[in-house]
Amino acid sequence: MTRPDPEVAQADTPEMRTSGRPAEALDAPLDHRPGTSGVATPGGGWRRADGPTRGQQRRKRKGGGRRGGARDGDPTVEDAEFQSYYGRQIVKSAVWKTPDVPLYLFLGGAAGSSAVLGAAAEFSDRPALARTAHLIAGGGAVASVGFLIHDLGRPERFLHMLRVFKPTSPLSVGSYILSPFSALTGAAAALTLAERVDRVPGWVKAPWLRRTAGVGGAVFGGPMAAYTAVLLANTATPSWHEPGNQLPFVFTGSGLAAGGGLCMAFTPVDQAGPARKAAVVGAAVELAAMHKVENDHGIVSEPFHIGRAGKLLRIAKACTAAGAVGAAVLGGKRWGAVASGALLAAGSALTRFGVFDAGMASSKDPKYVVVPQRERLAARAAGTQT
Amino acid sequence: MSQFSSASPAFTGHDPENRLYGPLPDVTGEAGYEPDHPARVGFFTDTSVCIGCKACEVACKEWNTLPMDDADGTRDALGLSGMSYDNTGMLGANSWRHVAFVEQSRSVDLPMPSMGVPAAPDQGVGSAGGCGGSCGSESPAHGNADGTTIDQHSVLNAQALSSFDPQTAQSGDREIRWLMSSDVCKHCTHAGCLDVCPTGALFRTEFGTVVVQDDICNGCGYCVPACPYGVIDQRKGDGRVFKCTMCYDRLTDGLQPACATACPTQSIQFGDLDELQARADARLATLTEQGVTTARLYGRDTDDGVGGAGAFFLLLDEPEVYGLPPDPVVTTRDLPSMWRHAAGAAAMLVGVALSGFLGRRR
Ligand code: SF4
Ligand code: SF4
Ligand code: SF4
Repeated sequence: MTRPDPEVAQADTPEMRTSGRPAEALDAPLDHRPGTSGVATPGGGWRRADGPTRGQQRRKRKGGGRRGGARDGDPTVEDAEFQSYYGRQIVKSAVWKTPDVPLYLFLGGAAGSSAVLGAAAEFSDRPALARTAHLIAGGGAVASVGFLIHDLGRPERFLHMLRVFKPTSPLSVGSYILSPFSALTGAAAALTLAERVDRVPGWVKAPWLRRTAGVGGAVFGGPMAAYTAVLLANTATPSWHEPGNQLPFVFTGSGLAAGGGLCMAFTPVDQAGPARKAAVVGAAVELAAMHKVENDHGIVSEPFHIGRAGKLLRIAKACTAAGAVGAAVLGGKRWGAVASGALLAAGSALTRFGVFDAGMASSKDPKYVVVPQRERLAARAAGTQT
Repeated sequence: MSQFSSASPAFTGHDPENRLYGPLPDVTGEAGYEPDHPARVGFFTDTSVCIGCKACEVACKEWNTLPMDDADGTRDALGLSGMSYDNTGMLGANSWRHVAFVEQSRSVDLPMPSMGVPAAPDQGVGSAGGCGGSCGSESPAHGNADGTTIDQHSVLNAQALSSFDPQTAQSGDREIRWLMSSDVCKHCTHAGCLDVCPTGALFRTEFGTVVVQDDICNGCGYCVPACPYGVIDQRKGDGRVFKCTMCYDRLTDGLQPACATACPTQSIQFGDLDELQARADARLATLTEQGVTTARLYGRDTDDGVGGAGAFFLLLDEPEVYGLPPDPVVTTRDLPSMWRHAAGAAAMLVGVALSGFLGRRR
């Protein structure tokens, strides 16, 4: 099959007809084919003579190989017509590890919104909520730093992240958000814990110290939850890049749902009101923004519906919706708050895993690169777009 | 912090000097080099004369002492791709040149007697050199203007092509051709990999090329999905990323890149970019005149999504047939808008979180 054997090449197998342009083009009289002005013309009837058909490739690729397609072949999805180099992927998939990076995204969001809740709780006479929020924010931030460093190819060079500041690199901007955020929220959490320890000197327990750290961390809370969306979107990965203006709202909404949910679960109900409201509104924003991501982008939205990403996102939606309703209705009861808080956190985490997976899947199938770019070219040629 | 002002379009979206997107005549100067910097260099890869010998791949591997891997990037594995003569498979951390190999066939419906050409059946369908005496007798027909002769014209081109084109052959009613193309990092004018690198490991050289400093790279991997062509990749077992340097170490010593030096057909041409662009335009004109109307330049247009590539190509089919994206766009073009939406989303988060504290205490 790999040899340029004329016998093989001549065999008029169905593969040749399925590998690219409509089969009729082959049989049409010469002058009826599109663009037959020369011997080697677009639509001149050239098609790949060897190699498996797309269907065969998919079957083979399922067997393994990280570069292979990740599509599950949902029968309801029409196969778009396009050409490719033996079905191989065009853009490279992110080398970020899972679960490190999806967990980093989740913790960053939960910590970001908790930091804001914790700072505000300090000044509204809700000490229990402040304590919980500081601990979640600080714990989440420190853990996410751990995940981020662990994900580097050369972890010992983590500080190289702070060599330069580049607004064109969301990871550079993010490093300058994450560093102060984790330091300040970590300090607020440590000071919160120190209050309960007898041996700690008195000045460490001064509330102003904890409050300053908490407010400082809260300043970076919003950016912390939002920048990770730009981190994913500012790539050539089709299903991350296209919804790039909506993902920040998915991520901050999801961060509010998770942070609010967790704070609500670990705080006495009479102090947890603001966390509950944040969780419910956040869940609504997450569901609404995610709906746009999943439906507004044509073929590039497809990976959000199929395969592992589709399953994760369906479960995520169920968890988030149930958690939001639960928080609104039963959030005033302790057990209701715990159950719905857990559901919201789970929904948020699964959303991150699902979005991550969908992007990875979109990078592995050349379809998601070629088809949208072809449409773009066609639109430009038709003069409807510049 | 001069870095900040030079990249402020990323935040503001105000980019009159095309720092994020669009044509950029002096990319080297924009990167901060003094006006007397060397001219921007590049590659013009003319795939119409490539014979698929892979001398470039080997020369690159040898010069840069790249490790072995298989078509999926698995280190130290000797794997056959099972799809063609191409067992390199793709560009990656260990393959900085990749010769794509595509075998195509099509049925040839040459003008039959029904189309009004007498004694046509044998003509043009024979073996590659089987022109016989009929070629000369057909030539005078060129001047005629009726449809029949236009068809004949294309037949004559078919014969002309098969006599000089090493990539096409005929067999019975089938025509077979082999497309070969030596792919490489495009050294983009607006390089996604360079834009997103948080450590400054990727930088623009004085020659206008894009190079990774392997003593700086911390393997964050951001550049890998940011490249619209899927060029740069992380080396397993090492953790850092690698790609073509356009032989930076040779350029600084006045040598040509190893791959261009090794190429026996001058399919890979190295030189000053403006000169190469002129040469490519001339070559395209020649081919078009000879009837090769599928020939097109890829990456030559400075108005394209990456502001024009430093390494561009002459292709004989659609880019995606060679595994190239048909309309690549640097991801950073859309970054200002993403940042603005992220700022809105962050404000939303703070607003929602704080609004819960307003009003009646419950
Ligand atoms: S974006 Fe890709 S093609 Fe362009 S310079 Fe970087 S690695 Fe090369
Ligand atoms: S992997 Fe290395 S070269 Fe690539 S973006 Fe990260 S630090 Fe820069
Ligand atoms: S220029 Fe040098 S590094 Fe780049 S592909 Fe050619 S030989 Fe390899």
